[in-house]
Amino acid sequence: MLAYIIRRVINSIITLLVVTAVTFAIFFMVPKLTGSDPALLYIGKNSDPASVQGIRIKLGLNDPIPVQYGKFLKGLVAGRDYVNGNDITHCPAPCLGYSFKTDQEVTPLLVGDLSVTLSLAVGAAILWVLMGVAIGVLSALRRGSFADRGAMTVALAGVSLPVYFTGLLASAIFIRWLGWLPESNYVPLTQNPGDWFVSLILPWVTLAFLFAATYARLTRANMLETLGEDYIRTARAKGLRERSVIGKHALRSGLTPIVTIFGLDLGALLGGAILTENVFNLRGLGYQALTAIRGNDLPVILGVTLIAAFFIVAANFVVDLVYGVIDPRVRLA
Amino acid sequence: MSLGPEASITDETTTPTADAAEERDRGEKAIAGRSLKQIAWRRLKKDKVALAGGIVVIFLIVVAILAPVLTRLWGHPIDEYHVDQIDPTLSTPLGKLGGISRHFLLGVEPTSGRDIFGRILYGAQTSLTVAFLSAFVSTAIGTIFGLAAGFLGGWVDSVISRVMDFLLAFPQLLFAIALVSVLPDTILGLGDRWSRVLVLVGVIGFFGWPYIGRIVRGQTLSLREREFVEASRSLGARSPRILFRELLPNLAAPILVYTTLIIPTNILTEAALSFLGVGIPPPNPSWGGMLSDAVAFYSIDPMYMIIPGGMIFITVLAFNLFGDGLRDALDPKAR
Repeated sequence: MLAYIIRRVINSIITLLVVTAVTFAIFFMVPKLTGSDPALLYIGKNSDPASVQGIRIKLGLNDPIPVQYGKFLKGLVAGRDYVNGNDITHCPAPCLGYSFKTDQEVTPLLVGDLSVTLSLAVGAAILWVLMGVAIGVLSALRRGSFADRGAMTVALAGVSLPVYFTGLLASAIFIRWLGWLPESNYVPLTQNPGDWFVSLILPWVTLAFLFAATYARLTRANMLETLGEDYIRTARAKGLRERSVIGKHALRSGLTPIVTIFGLDLGALLGGAILTENVFNLRGLGYQALTAIRGNDLPVILGVTLIAAFFIVAANFVVDLVYGVIDPRVRLA
Repeated sequence: MSLGPEASITDETTTPTADAAEERDRGEKAIAGRSLKQIAWRRLKKDKVALAGGIVVIFLIVVAILAPVLTRLWGHPIDEYHVDQIDPTLSTPLGKLGGISRHFLLGVEPTSGRDIFGRILYGAQTSLTVAFLSAFVSTAIGTIFGLAAGFLGGWVDSVISRVMDFLLAFPQLLFAIALVSVLPDTILGLGDRWSRVLVLVGVIGFFGWPYIGRIVRGQTLSLREREFVEASRSLGARSPRILFRELLPNLAAPILVYTTLIIPTNILTEAALSFLGVGIPPPNPSWGGMLSDAVAFYSIDPMYMIIPGGMIFITVLAFNLFGDGLRDALDPKAR
């Protein structure tokens, strides 16, 4: 077990290294290939040659790309100093670099964004798991009923609706026409929990609707497959009450695949819900990523990519561990 | 008292051989001469919902191909401004429901007054081209690598599987945005519209292949051990023949199903990228781009948001319905 965990941790770190290396390569190689200067991208086209040279030295842009990558990794674990003569900027570990576009350190910038993304993703996740699984299980148990067909029709529509359309539609209906919700920007939880909750209702519901639809379909399919198994018939045949048959035997194996998908979906969302955040103007990681990409702000792009990849890799890891516990058929090799 | 049932039992036991033979004959006649294609088609024909999805898909493809003709017939050129249709103070369409009228079938854009009908049709063209071509790219790469991994095994399998795991662990949308924004605006001397279409096809297609690759690999692994492959090999068939004549035909069904199901995902991705401003560059029409423009007007001119959003919804839903139906029809486990 311990050997397995160690092996998985090493694998995860390698994956993260490759992700950062690829991101690094794309954003440093492509300007070279197309003949544009990263230093110019940082400070704009109308700067004098001396200050461009200064930026180059300070950012280490004159170093070969592998050296630059090495310095980035070193900053991540030990912090680093940006030096140009007497001009020294210190960046403590974990240093994700220095955004010269916004003149800020990347790490604290992204930590602030992460709290917004966390609020959005965790709230939505709770909603969609409760709704999706409940609807899926009930649909499977009442297969073919009016409620089942109705729920599945809504679910199919749900998976076909992009979040950037439902988000706009929901804002138009609930804020403008019905006036049930105030038009509000994101309020941090620490500032006012009530306002925080109100400002996130629509983003939560919109995001959760999309996922709940997927989960309802998946849960229903899994449950139906499980309910058709021989051991369910055996359980019924030996006179077990229907409640125990469903609760003890069917749910457990019917819902295990959902755990996997849930972990991966949540992991992917924690790296930034790019679409939802942009529709609702939430300044989270996804919003930051898009702004950074538009502004060619490499350190920020690199930082968001690394955080996003970290959550995906971590989610994979956790899911595999949890799976070994909840599914006795899976034995760790 | 006991005579009744006993009599009936003996009744039954007198004729079983004849009955069974008849049963088997009828069954074999029905099964013989029916290929998977015929069975699937028969099932699909009964699935009205999937058929409806298929018809909508075909209709959309025809509309996309005929976009220039239809626009000339019932619309206006896509970049022609109609400021006379716009309220100068609010910059919203003058007419009701976003300016829908006999001359402007789906209304006009706020501010510019461009004809939405034509822009929706051209948007369908872009959207479907990107979705189909990138599905094709994903399928081609996924099938080749999936087959290679499953059939060759060993280090080839480990390398390909690692790459697939790695790609699936990637923040994909983030990377698609990043890639699209650093790639050049025009390539191969194509205009900015088709250059970007090509870039989108490459990026979306590339990130989609591991999904198909995994399925093909898994299927290949299980097919490889089957008797018909062994029989073929013992008859002296070499690897290429086993790959292309024995394995690939058996993989056709899952490949077809997953290609169909990846198309709606691609449509959503293209629209998302255009919505975020890194897809089809304006003034070229795209559904995602129109939705993005609609953000500023959704409360005063909701039709401008509902039309492109509704088109995305209908298109994706139709592909999903058809793909689900196709999967049920081709799945031997289905009832």
